[in-house]
Formats: sequence, structure tokens, C-alpha cells
Amino acid sequence: MAPVKSGRRSAAYIRSRVGYWPYLVPGVLLFIAVIVVPFAMNLYFSFTSWRGIGEPEWIGLENYLELASDSTFWISFRNSIAMVVAIVVIPTAIGLLLAATFFDFIGRRFGPRVASVLRALYYLPQVVPVVAAGLLWTWILQPQTGGLNTVLRAVGLDSLALNWLGDPETALPTVMSVLVWFQIGYPIVVFMAALERVDPELYEAAEMDGAPWFTRMRAITIPQIRPEIFVVTLTGTISALQVFAPIYVLTGGGPENSTNVPSYFSYTSFFTRAQVGYGAAIATVLALVVLLVALVMIRFQARSEKEDSEL
Amino acid sequence: MSASASLPAKVRRSRHQRGATRWIVLAIVAVVAIVVLLPFGVMVLNAFKSPQDYASSGPLSLPSSLYFGGLTEFWTRVDFPQKFMNSLLIAVTASVGGVLLSLLNAYALGIGRVRGRTWIIVLFLLANMLPHEAMMYPLYFIAKEIGLYNTQLSVAIIMTVIRSAFGTYLLASVLSTFPRSLLEAAALDGASRWQVLWRVVFPIARPTLSVLLVFFFIWTWNEFFFPLVLLVDNTTQTIPVALASLTGQELTNAPLINAGALISMLPTIVFFLIFQRTLARGITAGSVK
Repeated sequence: MAPVKSGRRSAAYIRSRVGYWPYLVPGVLLFIAVIVVPFAMNLYFSFTSWRGIGEPEWIGLENYLELASDSTFWISFRNSIAMVVAIVVIPTAIGLLLAATFFDFIGRRFGPRVASVLRALYYLPQVVPVVAAGLLWTWILQPQTGGLNTVLRAVGLDSLALNWLGDPETALPTVMSVLVWFQIGYPIVVFMAALERVDPELYEAAEMDGAPWFTRMRAITIPQIRPEIFVVTLTGTISALQVFAPIYVLTGGGPENSTNVPSYFSYTSFFTRAQVGYGAAIATVLALVVLLVALVMIRFQARSEKEDSEL
Repeated sequence: MSASASLPAKVRRSRHQRGATRWIVLAIVAVVAIVVLLPFGVMVLNAFKSPQDYASSGPLSLPSSLYFGGLTEFWTRVDFPQKFMNSLLIAVTASVGGVLLSLLNAYALGIGRVRGRTWIIVLFLLANMLPHEAMMYPLYFIAKEIGLYNTQLSVAIIMTVIRSAFGTYLLASVLSTFPRSLLEAAALDGASRWQVLWRVVFPIARPTLSVLLVFFFIWTWNEFFFPLVLLVDNTTQTIPVALASLTGQELTNAPLINAGALISMLPTIVFFLIFQRTLARGITAGSVK
């Protein structure tokens, strides 16, 4: 160990910026090796024709041109919109309703204990491994001996015992329902925490004015927790565009691509069809779409915040 | 509570008059809770039910006698203890490593305020949004080239860096508000930067670091994509990958699937119960930032 310098150091020592560079070295080197370089390599692969062995052959924009006329590619991105509905729109709407309810009725009538137990229960699907819950759902929805259809047949509703995940007509709505189940706890927990910040007197004043429940929700709840609604929407949208594990476990993108999504499409291009260049192009387009959507959302939020502060 | 007691009687009465809305809303809350919990309940019931029992009385009845065949079949089939250890090894390495890297990075960015920090932070932020598919194949290729393919180490390193990208972004903004006077006082006492990091910054940032640690652990434990691609061997795979290998014919084996899902969920549920407060704090703090 170096001998400890006796005496004091000046405040300038702490302010000196150069002395901090060594702390960035391990993190930045690993970041470059694991994220930046692979991303750049992926970009390069997307301009090549390559089956994963031998030398990649440069073909310029050909993969991208092919993508533009590939119906699976367009289906997968159309399904991304369905994923956003299932992971962002529906859970956020239900989450708002439930969080406001907790806050308004249950919290006051039964005390915070009941509210926190309910909150934990809703959050449970977010904590368990996606694959474990996905496998459970696959079994529940299995057409012949699965839990749901067994119950439906037992009560005489045989006509409702559909091939939920195996029929192109029902597969996408079924997957979306399972995703809502996965996601629902996240907005509830965030919104409930946010509502604790809201002054109860606001509500009481509104109640005295005779404002109905729905009006209070629109005029008080939503404006008060807008920052949280934005964060939930942004992070949810980013993860909805990249959703992979539930699709892998529930349907494998099928039947007939009806539940295929970009991340799964690129995965199968890489590893089952050995079209590395093509898969890399899909992944690159996906990355651009995610960054673009996130950027637009952040800009939009910044602008509406600014408008608010100018009011 | 005292507030509601002091409310004028008129208001309290009018609340009771709007009973219908309240009951509708309460019914929605209850229905959603039941729908969320039902799959878990069905899982527990059927994990201990023999195939004959299931065939005769269906998924919603209590098992007529406790059956452990599904549990033992899953346990030995996937060699659960080994998968558990693999998951544990990767999750511990990536969460501890991820927090450590985040702290070092954030110390330079948030407290050291090194030149170009804004751009570096933006880069880390962008990395968080990047789909993993957009770096998957090169990582798979590199891992094969350098002999790390099919090792727990490959997944541990990748997850460490991905977690640190998130942690750096979060911690850098937390540490940028760190009281300068504390740092300067420590320097006047003769502390080096390294000593300031561990004796001043670390103790104060500890609550945030523990939230990060808990989240990194559970995220990595549940991670599916990288282990799926990089771990092909029974001796290296994690719990989610082993579970995903149950397909086709096995999906009609009710006790096997339910017991497998139950055993695989148990560690995370126990973890959730232990760290519930920390998790709740993290979700709250992370959402405001």
C-alpha cells in the first residue's frame, strides 16, 4: 500500500474531473465489448448474406429491400401494436381504475393493510419467471386436456372449448389476455404509490362539491399522477415492442404467424433458418423502431410538461 | 381516519347514497383479483393431483389424496438442484457485479462529473432501450470464438453489463445531487477518491444500491433470452430454460406441468415475500425519476 499522505487535501482535489476517469474504465470497456461492438457487428451482418459459417457476403441493402416485401415482417410489426395494447393500454387503464379504487374506497374503509395485501397479490405475476407462468398458461389453454376446456366441457359449454392457442382466429386475443394478466400488477403498484402523494383534501373538497367519482378521477387522479402514467407507458411500450419469452412459450409465433413478433421473427431467422443477415436486419429495424418510438414519447412528454408550466 | 370523523354529516350521507358505484367498483376489484390469482390456485391444486384424479374430477377439485409423482418426476427429469445452482450462480454474479459497475461508473459520472458525462449517460440510456436481439447473434458468435459458449460465465458477464447500463443511468442521477460539502470535508481530512467512494458515498447510497441489487437479482433469475441462446447443455442451463424444454406431449401431463411451474415459482415467491418492502420502494422511486 502506498504511504498515506499526511495532511489535508483541498476542495479542488474533489472538484478535479480528471482524477475520476479510472473509475469509468472497467464499466466502459465492458459496455463497449458487450453492447457497442455486438450492436455494430449486428449492423454489419444486416448488410450481408450469411448462414453463420464461412464468410459473410456483402449484399448492401438487399436484406432490407426483401423485408419490405416480406408479409411475415409486416405481420410481426402489426402484432407489435397488439402487444402494446395488451401490455400498455389495457393494463394502464385497468391499473388507473383499480389504483383509484384502492385509494378511494378500500384504503379508507379497510385500512392500508388490506390495500397492501391486494397490491402484493396483483404484483405476483410480475415476480415469477415468465416461462413458469407461461408454461402454466399453456397447460391451462391446452385444447384436449387443459384446465380451461376441461371445466368448460364439465359445465356443458363444449362449444366454447376452443383451441385457444392453436387456432389463428383466437391465438392473438388469447396471447393478449395472458399478457394483460402478466402486466396488470405493474401499473397498479406504481399508481398506488403515486396516489399516496395526492392530498386527500383535494378529493374531499371535490366530494363536497358533489363531483361524481368519474369526474374526480379525470380531474384529480389522472393529472396528479401524470408523471407515473408516462413512465409506465414508456417502459411498457419499450418492453411490448421487444416481447419474446411469452411468445416463445405460448405459441412459438404460430399458428400461421398469427402471433409472430419482430423479436421472435429475428430469433427464428438466426437460429432455426440460419439466415443471419436477414435476422440482423430485422433486429436492426426493431432497434430503430424502439428508439424512435421512445424518442417521440419523451419529446411529447417534455412538450406537454412545458405547456403545463406555462399555463 | 380522524379526517373522515370530522367530515360534515351531509357528506358522509351522500357517500352512502352513491353505494351503487361503490359496489360496482368493488366488484371489479374483486373480479380482477380472482382472475389474477386463479391460475396460481389451479396450479397448487393440480400439482398434487394424480393423472387419474385429474381425469375423473377435473382441475378445480381438491386432490382426493396427495400425489407427489409430478413433483418427483419434474425434480429428477430436469435435475432441479443443478438448475437452481446455475440460476443462483448467474443471478448472484450479475446482480453483485452489476451494482459494483454501476457504482463505479456513477461515481465518475455523478460525483466526478467527468467531461462528456452527458453523452456517456445518454449512451447508457439508449443501451437500455436496445432490443437484446440487436446484439444477440454477435454475442453468440463471439462466445463461440473465445470458448465461452455454453458456460454460465458468458451469461453472467452479459447480464452484468446489461444491468450496469440500467444502474449507471439511475445512480448517476441520484449521485449528482450528492452534497458536495460532505465530499469536500472528507478531502480536507485527507481522504483519497477511493476512500471517499467507500467511506462517504457508499454508506449514504446504500439504500439505493440495495434496491438495485434486489431488482437485478430477480430480473436475472427470470431472464430467458440469453440463457436460451447461450446455454445448450443440461449442466449449464437455468430454471427457465429447463422449463421451456417441456413441450408437446408433456403439456397433457397435468401434474408434471403444474408441479414444475410451482417448484420454479417458489424461489421467486419466497424472495418476493422477504424483499417486498425493498421492491415496493424501488418501483416507487424508479417511477418518479
